Amino acid sequence: MTAAPGATPTIVLIGHGMVGQRFLEALAERGLTATHRVVVLCEEPRPAYDRVQLTSYFSGKTPEDLSMTDMAFIERHGIELHVGDPALTIDRASRTVTARSGLAVDYDVLVLATGSYPFVPPVPGKDSAGCFVYRTIEDLLAIEEYARSRATTGAVVGGGLLGLEAAGALKGLGLATHIVEFAPRLMPVQVDAGGGAALLRTIEEMGLTVHTGTGTQEIVADDSGAVTGMKLSDGSEVATDMVVFSAGVRPRDQLARDCGLSVGERGGITVDEQCRTVADPHVFAIGECAQAADGRVYGLVAPGYEQAETVAATIAAEESSFTGADLSTKLKLLGVDVASFGDAHGAAADCLDVVYSDSRSGLYKKLVIGRDGTLLGGILVGDADAYGTLRAFTGTVPPVSPESLVLPAGAEGGAQLGPSALPDEAVICSCHNVTKGTIRGAVTEHSCTTVPEVKKCTKAGTGCGSCVKVLGQLVTAELEASGVEVDKGLCGCFAQTREELYEIVLALRINSYQALLDRYGREGARGGDGCEVCKPAVASIIASLASTIGASGYVLEGEQASIQDSNDHFLANLQKNGSYSVVPRIPGGEITPEKLIVIGEIARDFGLYTKITGGQRIDMFGARVEQLPLIWTRLVDAGFESGHAYGKALRTVKSCVGQTWCRYGVQDSVRMAIDLELRYRGLRSPHKLKSAVSGCARECAEAQSKDFGVIATANGWNLYVGGNGGATPRHADLLAQDLTDAELIRLIDRFLMFYIRTADRLERTSVWLDRIPGGLDHIRDVVVHDSLGICEELDALMAAHVDNYRDEWATTINDPEKLARFVSFVNAPDTPDPVVGFVPERDQIKPDLPLLSIGMRPEALEGSAQR
Amino acid sequence: MTLAPESTTTALKVQLRVADGWLEVCDLAVLLPGRGVAALLPDGRQAALFRDRDGALYAIDNRDPFGGAAVLSRGLTGTHQGRPFVASPLLKQRFDLETGQCLDDEAVRVTTYEVRTAAS
Ligand code: SRM
Ligand SMILES: Cc1cc2nc3c(=O)[nH]c(=O)nc-3n(C[C@H](O)[C@H](O)[C@H](O)COP(=O)(O)OP(=O)(O)OC[C@H]3O[C@@H](n4cnc5c(N)ncnc54)[C@H](O)[C@@H]3O)c2cc1C
Ligand code: SF4
Ligand code: FES
Repeated sequence: MTAAPGATPTIVLIGHGMVGQRFLEALAERGLTATHRVVVLCEEPRPAYDRVQLTSYFSGKTPEDLSMTDMAFIERHGIELHVGDPALTIDRASRTVTARSGLAVDYDVLVLATGSYPFVPPVPGKDSAGCFVYRTIEDLLAIEEYARSRATTGAVVGGGLLGLEAAGALKGLGLATHIVEFAPRLMPVQVDAGGGAALLRTIEEMGLTVHTGTGTQEIVADDSGAVTGMKLSDGSEVATDMVVFSAGVRPRDQLARDCGLSVGERGGITVDEQCRTVADPHVFAIGECAQAADGRVYGLVAPGYEQAETVAATIAAEESSFTGADLSTKLKLLGVDVASFGDAHGAAADCLDVVYSDSRSGLYKKLVIGRDGTLLGGILVGDADAYGTLRAFTGTVPPVSPESLVLPAGAEGGAQLGPSALPDEAVICSCHNVTKGTIRGAVTEHSCTTVPEVKKCTKAGTGCGSCVKVLGQLVTAELEASGVEVDKGLCGCFAQTREELYEIVLALRINSYQALLDRYGREGARGGDGCEVCKPAVASIIASLASTIGASGYVLEGEQASIQDSNDHFLANLQKNGSYSVVPRIPGGEITPEKLIVIGEIARDFGLYTKITGGQRIDMFGARVEQLPLIWTRLVDAGFESGHAYGKALRTVKSCVGQTWCRYGVQDSVRMAIDLELRYRGLRSPHKLKSAVSGCARECAEAQSKDFGVIATANGWNLYVGGNGGATPRHADLLAQDLTDAELIRLIDRFLMFYIRTADRLERTSVWLDRIPGGLDHIRDVVVHDSLGICEELDALMAAHVDNYRDEWATTINDPEKLARFVSFVNAPDTPDPVVGFVPERDQIKPDLPLLSIGMRPEALEGSAQR
Repeated sequence: MTLAPESTTTALKVQLRVADGWLEVCDLAVLLPGRGVAALLPDGRQAALFRDRDGALYAIDNRDPFGGAAVLSRGLTGTHQGRPFVASPLLKQRFDLETGQCLDDEAVRVTTYEVRTAAS
């Protein structure tokens, strides 16, 4: 643009949020940072960060993790970034911006990217202590602090997208949480009444209290000015210690108003299709502070990114315009998938709905279809897996009937429409506007061979992340199509899968890792030291086949010791400060008072932090490596053995109290749990194995969330397989019914051995079951009907395991050579690791983290007790 | 059993270069190929020592720079593109045993120490 000849033209950006940062990247990509001076005024105390992922702060992301600003990028491009220095005034006549620090900058181009502020309804008491908004990292830090120190109940005003996120955060902080929404349903903008109902049910089941169709009338505070409750428009009162307002956002357009730029009726700096302000050709506005040419203020990041690109292109004198954007969103709110895309509310004339609704499982899916069969939009609640594909099909007539697309997978008539059916123009990543064609190009022309490479090359998948699944499918399909052999090998050392290596080890009776690597490893890996991926995987295969292939059944014997994962090598779980946790086996969760006392005494004598685990046993934390043998000597003496909490092996078989005591029980679930736990203890497998036995259909042991779960019936036992808790929960499938004890055990034997034989490394039974061709039916054929003729072998393998089991801790404490490894320092066996220190917490100990960050123990660090 | 080779290996000691000379750390026989040990240095720092299957020795700082705990000696070792590395047992970042360079984060490097064997 114009500038005095000779002088470098200056671009000033006000606001360094997500859109502002994207604008800087767009400038750099076009070489404009080289030809222009770029000055950025950033109000917040930190440069741009990922606001979309803000809530992940509560699941462990640090503010640094959320940062979107690479300081090397800023420096490389000579961008003058002023953090913590907001713009105060704009003088359009002299084209000068003045910041709070007094800094005044003359501009040739001014770009406003000031975002929005949270709207706080003008109710009495809204400024009381304990009232918050939810927009910035600083807001979250303040909420966390208040919740931790003085709140047990929290309320969120607003049940929209952000309100639900805020509610999830409060719940995560341990507060009893209320949501107050003025509209008759949750997420009124994104979902319709049916979707709102499904969402409501699921959210109430999680224990949140929802008040819809009612407004907040007053915030009640005590004498000190701190929130104690709120009055609602339906006359009721909710007691609460804190309130988070999430009642929508308003564009931050005050700067623009002050300098005479025009704004829309409901706020938002009015701009044309180039995002240039209507009043002043030198000034642009992008992101949430702008009212676009289509009259809308967009509250999502993807349209803001497009606007940022448009302005950078316009400055570079390229043709570009922003005429409007799609409001598709996919979110996981409180663990529930919610997605809406296209014309979700069926605003188009004459359109028709296809609805699938299953309130029992909290599913609601609606597609909006035009008269001619064109997919116009839709809403998915509870299961949004199809979102990526459906969104990309919007505007076209999908190749299969719309009805089949909303039916759940597995239901009669349900169709799975893969991304391969999509046209090249279909937008896969809407955050970065990347089409299927571009992604295919990344593979075929830019020779990307992995999803991370494609992400880097195209930016697809680096925004909200909702397209990553489809992206992965496309990359694999494209690689396969272009004849590139997709490398299914275990790691850089082996071209075989885990399953293939298992077959090799079993068939050729190979019982040494080095022999396997040198004979069957990839060319370049032979003779080398392997890697951290294949070593434990092969260690596990050797351990589960030990007696059959002539290897020692003791994981610390000979070469096996050197290939075990670190935890298996120390037979304990490493904690963040280098200390260990100790988990003795408590089969079925049944324990005598004497044994409980022994555990208590040991924990007391060694000063260990003690906790009941989620797996019906007791974990003792904070043991230093040289204490492990001492602790285990006492445990073994008292009749305990390793609980394998450190191993990819059988963990626990949980039980309910069952028939013995419970008035409903129909079988002795405790006895069966103990039998199963003792039978499969020590069994090494591709991933951990968990089990449970319930005494009746009430299922108090949660058997259906286990790898193999057993539920008593009047006639025997039902066996369920493939259940999982964790991050991607899955209910187990019924494999067989009304089994006798012997039938049950035989089926589990075979099921486990077949899993160990064919699963990938770190593949739980749930994932394995969904992956292997034929799924549950195939497994039933193999283990019940012996369709592969391998049952005899599976039975023999399990019998060998059961016969040869020995407790590895008992073996270790009797082996002086192995014990010598349990020291902090090889040259000072009696000296404890000085960075393992502890501080008190709730009458017990916890790791001394400041000590860890220093890395060395300064003399007599205050408050940290070393034991 | 032949005793001769055994006794020659046990006689060999592993030594680390520290500020004022060589510090004797342990018998070579204690170092299992593929498995590390930690040594306490006179200045309070800690070193992690490793031996690969060809017998080469390596020593780097024992402290995991990501988590802070002194645990690198407890990681699994391997070969990546011909170079020896250890993977931290905490969050699995890998470190080149010769240079201390973190293979998963260019900006991070740990100290390395000179190490040798000597007959005692
Ligand atoms: C101690 C314990 C938490 C507690 O204090 O209650 C725990 C602690 C850990 N869990 Fe867990 N889990 C514990 C019960 C559970 C349960 C509940 C259960 O077993 O009924 C689950 C959900 C059920 C399931 O697994 O399906 C559970 C799902 C996970 C997962 C996710 C697995 C998944 O398939 O998604 C991981 C991560 C992994 O394994 O990759 C994990 C990983 C871990 C690790 C190993 C993380 C780590 O690498 O440090 C923790 C090690 C603990 C230690 O050092 O001793 N833990 N973890 C529980 C030990 C039970 C026991 O007695 O052995
Ligand atoms: C919890 C949460 C979850 C969200 N989830 C999603 C989602 O899943 N998907 C989605 O698409 N969107 C989501 N959003 C919305 C998304 O974050 C915004 O659309 C996006 O951040 C807008 O970018 P922006 O740059 O326009 O505004 P912002 O990111 O708000 O940046 C504006 C910046 O300008 C600064 N500023 C204001 N005035 C001045 C001044 N005078 N001088 C200097 N600086 C100034 C502000 O301090 C701010 O840092 C979410 C938002 C929140 C809060
Ligand atoms: S599952 Fe049935 S038998 Fe077991 S405790 Fe619950 S109600 Fe009783
Ligand atoms: S759609 Fe958000 S990252 Fe691709």
